[in-house]
Amino acid sequence: MSMVIGDAKVDARGLNCPMPIVKTAQAVKALASGQTVEVLATDPGSVKDFAAWSKSTGNELVEQSVDGGVYRFVMRKK
Amino acid sequence: MAIAEAPVTPEAVTAPVPALEPEAETPTGGLAIILYSGDLEKTWAAMILASTAGAMGTPTKVFVTFWGLQTFVKPGKRITGENWMQKMMSAMQRPGIAHRKLSKMNFLGMGPWMMRQLAKQYNVASPAELMEMATLMGVEFVPCQMTMDMFGIKREDLMDGMGEPVGAATYLGYVDDGAKPLFI
Repeated sequence: MSMVIGDAKVDARGLNCPMPIVKTAQAVKALASGQTVEVLATDPGSVKDFAAWSKSTGNELVEQSVDGGVYRFVMRKK
Repeated sequence: MAIAEAPVTPEAVTAPVPALEPEAETPTGGLAIILYSGDLEKTWAAMILASTAGAMGTPTKVFVTFWGLQTFVKPGKRITGENWMQKMMSAMQRPGIAHRKLSKMNFLGMGPWMMRQLAKQYNVASPAELMEMATLMGVEFVPCQMTMDMFGIKREDLMDGMGEPVGAATYLGYVDDGAKPLFI
């Protein structure tokens, strides 16, 4: 499995809806097109939320995994 | 108040109707929330949606009116209004985002206090934090001019960074432009 290292990191562990998405969007704002952000979250709802966010914004969800209740997402800016 | 002074000339009446701009045919989309309620739980829901919409890149306007406008009075501003009735109204219902009450189970502030404690415990952002996030993500909070007049709330009583005060027609204009309406 490839492990993309994000150009930016968001630690949203412990945060509840909608903060993982809001904090990620803020981080993505500062990125250039094609750059990636790596997000860690513990909110189980974030799995569907990040899929929906990716679909709406066009920022690609390139990697997704879960390890011990911590969800990891890598998004690439459109 | 300025009134349009351009005389109506026969030329203006008979002038051909200009072709529709391409923008007029393609809705700009987005979200247009009316925040009418000043209840804590509804304010919270509105702030969650506004900040998330901002995060999703959705152009979002929140038209704040009636009790919803009380939420946007600057923290520390206790009494608003010019005459005794307006002042009484603000005295009876403390303005500001930190002083919202629950519509149910308020119990003299016990309910809201418990809500805030639970939110802290479960890392749920407060309405004030969400409002700040929403603003940072480009969401515009637009005060209702009529409510400001009726309650005697001045522009300087309201939080900084809000849009220009407007009326219902402006809100309906957002919807005409393709924004999805929500009434909270």
